[in-house]
Amino acid sequence: MAETLIRPLDELWEAYRRFRADPEFQAELARELADYVGRPTPIYHAARLSRENGGAEILLKREDLNHTGAHKINNTVGQALLARRMGKTRLIAETGAGQHGVATATVAARLGLRCAVYMGAVDMARQAPNVYRMRLLGAEVVPVESGSRTLKDALNEALRDWVSNVADTFYLIGTVAGPHPYPIMVRDFQAVIGREARAQMLERFGRLPEAVVACVGGGSNAIGIFHAFLGDREVLLFGAEAAGEGLASGRHAASLAAGRPGILHGSRSYLLCDEHGQVAETHSVSAGLDYPGVGPEHAWLKDTGRARYLGVTDAEALEAFHRLARCEGILAALESSHAVALALRIARELGRGARVLVNLSGRGDKDVNTLARLEGIAL
Amino acid sequence: MNRIERRLAALAAAGRRALLPFVTAGDPDPERSVELLHALVAAGADLIELGVPFSDPMADGPVIQRASERALARGVTLPRVLEWVREFRAADRETPIVLMGYLNPVEQMGPARFAREAAAAGADGVLLVDCPLEESEPYRAALEAEGLIQVLMAAPTTSGERLRRIARAARGFLYFVAYAGVTGADRLRVAELAPSLAAIRRESGIPVAVGFGIKAPDDAAAVAALADAVVVGSALVDRLHRAGGDPAAEAARFLAPLRAAIDRAAAGPRELPA
Repeated sequence: MAETLIRPLDELWEAYRRFRADPEFQAELARELADYVGRPTPIYHAARLSRENGGAEILLKREDLNHTGAHKINNTVGQALLARRMGKTRLIAETGAGQHGVATATVAARLGLRCAVYMGAVDMARQAPNVYRMRLLGAEVVPVESGSRTLKDALNEALRDWVSNVADTFYLIGTVAGPHPYPIMVRDFQAVIGREARAQMLERFGRLPEAVVACVGGGSNAIGIFHAFLGDREVLLFGAEAAGEGLASGRHAASLAAGRPGILHGSRSYLLCDEHGQVAETHSVSAGLDYPGVGPEHAWLKDTGRARYLGVTDAEALEAFHRLARCEGILAALESSHAVALALRIARELGRGARVLVNLSGRGDKDVNTLARLEGIAL
Repeated sequence: MNRIERRLAALAAAGRRALLPFVTAGDPDPERSVELLHALVAAGADLIELGVPFSDPMADGPVIQRASERALARGVTLPRVLEWVREFRAADRETPIVLMGYLNPVEQMGPARFAREAAAAGADGVLLVDCPLEESEPYRAALEAEGLIQVLMAAPTTSGERLRRIARAARGFLYFVAYAGVTGADRLRVAELAPSLAAIRRESGIPVAVGFGIKAPDDAAAVAALADAVVVGSALVDRLHRAGGDPAAEAARFLAPLRAAIDRAAAGPRELPA
């Protein structure tokens, strides 16, 4: 990370450590999560989908039911409360699919903070409804025209804004990547997903699931649900990466499956880049998974073997999207549909009697235009 | 003594300030890269900063971002940049070259191999923009093993205690970032530099280069009154790109007034206590 940002990062870490241990801050966060976000989210037994698929029962942790429609708000509420306590008056964020941007714009409105969201021009085109939502919430959406004009470039541009406005601006990163302390802080704010889910499983079924599945772009929803289960060695953890048009095609975003150790945005982790270190352009049908890096904690979970990361192609994700819609009446985000697709595969392998817990990280309303376009339908 | 130290010591002894132009390797024209480096020297460069293009130059403003994109689109790679350094060095044994870039290209080549090849090519220093002091040890060790200097940066946001650590660890010269922001912005306020530069001088005799946002002869003169070296990057890169045609001639036209302004300032009284 550039020298100019070291002090702001140190100040952030210091403030976060202070407030993390502060019961008043934790009580405020808990109130916001309950009253504003709508937590706890339920676990839903997708009985028809499980029956049609065969094998293990599929359970959905319904993060799509959160305010703004995805897990992203767990983190933005936490960081925005921190920003306010640090005396910052302006939030900036990067966004891919727009879910994190919407969640940031939402909490900025809630707390009366100014907000600018950086979004790749390519992503703005494919996630137009979310662009409009952010603007309705009073945020400025800044198109990013550099590089591949997707999430990684939005992150670059947000860092450039931050370095230029460090005094009043809080950079609200949406995933468990980026420089320290973001991977730790975002994980902590998302860990509520797994804490709730673990307790809900024990309460309802008297035991833990055989497997937990989540999609991985930067990796925040996956770390969020994995974290509480890390010590439960018998629970298998699976991350679904975007295999795009297939790992062999080169058009994908599977950093853990196909990347190499590298350095981007202040993290050392698996990275999709060429032999000369230039970061690769990624591809996924879902803008939210279209990131060439991945949170460093996932790299550690991969290397230690605690979690396994498998690729799910665009086609498999789309098929899972439609099956979930038809069997359960739930339109999942295309990102989350990758997790559903992998869960269907794992449920068949684990067989009857087992339970697979899936983090349904977001709802699919934002993807309606993309889906229609893929089917050649003009809306 | 490394070529950087030798050159800066000689300038100091002569009461002069250094001009450090920055160019992005391969921009505006990969075929004329070496010719451009020689032209910079002919136009008065004391040291050269050669930017290694990177896909995600997060500390750079739009001018150097675009230059980096253009260079990458023309197939510029780190090995090719080192080849240009080798070619330059065959004809110029004296002018120090500092490679400036981001960590990942070095990381993919491997710090030890990179240091070996950069030294063999005739580079003298390396500035890794996204490598803070805390992460610098493996790179510094690899570079110093080959006689190269890792140039460290400090910024207006660098705290007092940290500034002391950086000033003490710095070798060759310390690159002071003139303002909190990206390269090439209109944010240079020379008067605001004095306290930080004075703090560095209290800690160490290390020569200080100031860069970011220095565009015109007046800026260069004002900075030269405070610092040992003046870095000019975005303004030069922008000029070379816009001019098209003959980058060597354009570099000469752009740098000549900067060189003259710096020399005039150096002839005046030094505005900081030594």
